[in-house]
Amino acid sequence: MRNLLTRKSFNFAFIISVGLLALLPLYVEMTGDDFYLDLANRLMILAIAAVSLNLILGHGGMISFGHAAYLGIGAYSVGIPAYYEIYDGLFQIITAVFVSGVFALLTGAVSLRTKGVYFIMITMAFTQMAFFGIVSIEEYGGDDGLVIDTRSTFGNFFDLEDTVTLYYFVFVSLLISLFIVKRIMESRFGMVISGSKSNERRMQSIGYNTYRYKLVCYVLSGCLCGYAGALLGNFTNFISPEMMDWTASGELIFMVLLGGSGALLGPLWGAASFVLLEEWLSSITTYWHFFFGALLILVVLFARGGIDGLLSKIGLSK
Amino acid sequence: MRQTILSISNLSKTFGGVVATDDLSLDVEQGELHAIIGPNGAGKTTLIAQLSGEIFPDNGRILFQNKNITMLPPFKRSHLGIARSFQITSLMQGMDVIDNVALATQANDGHAYKFWKPARDDRDLRQSAIDALKEVGLEGREFEKVQNLSHGEHRQLEIAMALATQPHLLLLDEPMAGMGTEEGDKILKILQKLKKRKTILLIEHDMDVVFALADRITVLVYGRAIASGSPQSIKTDERVREAYLGTEGDLNC
Repeated sequence: MRNLLTRKSFNFAFIISVGLLALLPLYVEMTGDDFYLDLANRLMILAIAAVSLNLILGHGGMISFGHAAYLGIGAYSVGIPAYYEIYDGLFQIITAVFVSGVFALLTGAVSLRTKGVYFIMITMAFTQMAFFGIVSIEEYGGDDGLVIDTRSTFGNFFDLEDTVTLYYFVFVSLLISLFIVKRIMESRFGMVISGSKSNERRMQSIGYNTYRYKLVCYVLSGCLCGYAGALLGNFTNFISPEMMDWTASGELIFMVLLGGSGALLGPLWGAASFVLLEEWLSSITTYWHFFFGALLILVVLFARGGIDGLLSKIGLSK
Repeated sequence: MRQTILSISNLSKTFGGVVATDDLSLDVEQGELHAIIGPNGAGKTTLIAQLSGEIFPDNGRILFQNKNITMLPPFKRSHLGIARSFQITSLMQGMDVIDNVALATQANDGHAYKFWKPARDDRDLRQSAIDALKEVGLEGREFEKVQNLSHGEHRQLEIAMALATQPHLLLLDEPMAGMGTEEGDKILKILQKLKKRKTILLIEHDMDVVFALADRITVLVYGRAIASGSPQSIKTDERVREAYLGTEGDLNC
């Protein structure tokens, strides 16, 4: 019985991607061209954010159109302390995760009372409130944002000032995030979340307070995305309300759908495709958004499993 | 002397102008199989919905093991020991058969907020799920995806999930719905085994099944109980004949 469940096979696409990401700094070291390092860094940070969104959207069936709020909260949790010359990374990250969790708890408690399109709109509305909240605080730059002059430090051990250090910090964070989400989704809690996505009415009937489970899942997702936001603030050295614009939330949804919603590695493929395509298309044409839209339509119509679905079909994933 | 496990008194529910449950009172005794029959639109499914907590009555009271559960949500009733099956198959599509049942099992052993240990490696959980599947004759189908099962197997899984919550009272909403004779016989055998150790409230259209299984029958018409008693007394009850079959007819037809 166990064999059927724990059938293990190598995931070539994942192993190759991780290998490439791990070795990229060496390549950059040799060529001195750190453009790709920045690209991959952004890719991985957005991948963590997409992984967190996938937890509620893909696994839990909660379509949040406001997930960028947590990127903003995370980034400001680095930026505002830095403004007061507090650069302690542990403090900043704990703040990012905690404030994100509280924001998720408060907004989720209200949002999860609604369903379908109402849920989508209300999550977006809360994020817009956070957006305008930040815009209105002149002290922290308001509309113009805030420059982070020094990246996070971790005592005397290390700091993220060096791009390669930051890169590996993000790299390890991504791997740990994927591992955590995998464990969560295979746990009893994860089974309840999957069940609630599939048939909430039956789940209630067999004894689950699905609202509470979904809320916990929503908070976990917010915490992880807040963490990604803290990395993003460090990476960009500059934070602004733009980070939590509703289009940023849309882009995260785009990544999840493109990569394969509900698949563990889907968000990784989605974020990678998004960042690389954006880079490539925008160098060819200013109308690159048009091609993005067309691609999403094609994926939704003809490849419901997204990129991960296509990869498994040709035996490269799962 | 048998104890009353479920006591419904003066239950009423209207939808707009339609009276679905009309001042209904009935008792279910510990260990019995109590069948509810009635023509289409008699309010049978509405009654199940009120007993399981999906809708709340306008008036009246439901006592389960002397506890007032009238306004409790479904998940709390499940914890108290009431389980239901659905007339229209309601399962977790996209998951394995055994996962469906294991979810029902873990719901009632009180440890669902576990975030780290893989649920599928939990031997106790798996074993009780397998036991419940055996009970409804689905052994060997554990690792099939729910959507790949036949209609009959879906109906069996419906019952297995209800059973896996270890209920004191089973509410079965037309377990034979849409079944052929052969599949129906299978379910009938399952129910015959089950009734020996579970209290069951059964809603069923198939009269052969009802009379083969029921210890007591209540006849529902327009949301009202017009008769209640042993199968024999229901068979010969004039009011039942009139309401249920028209003025002329026979319950066995």
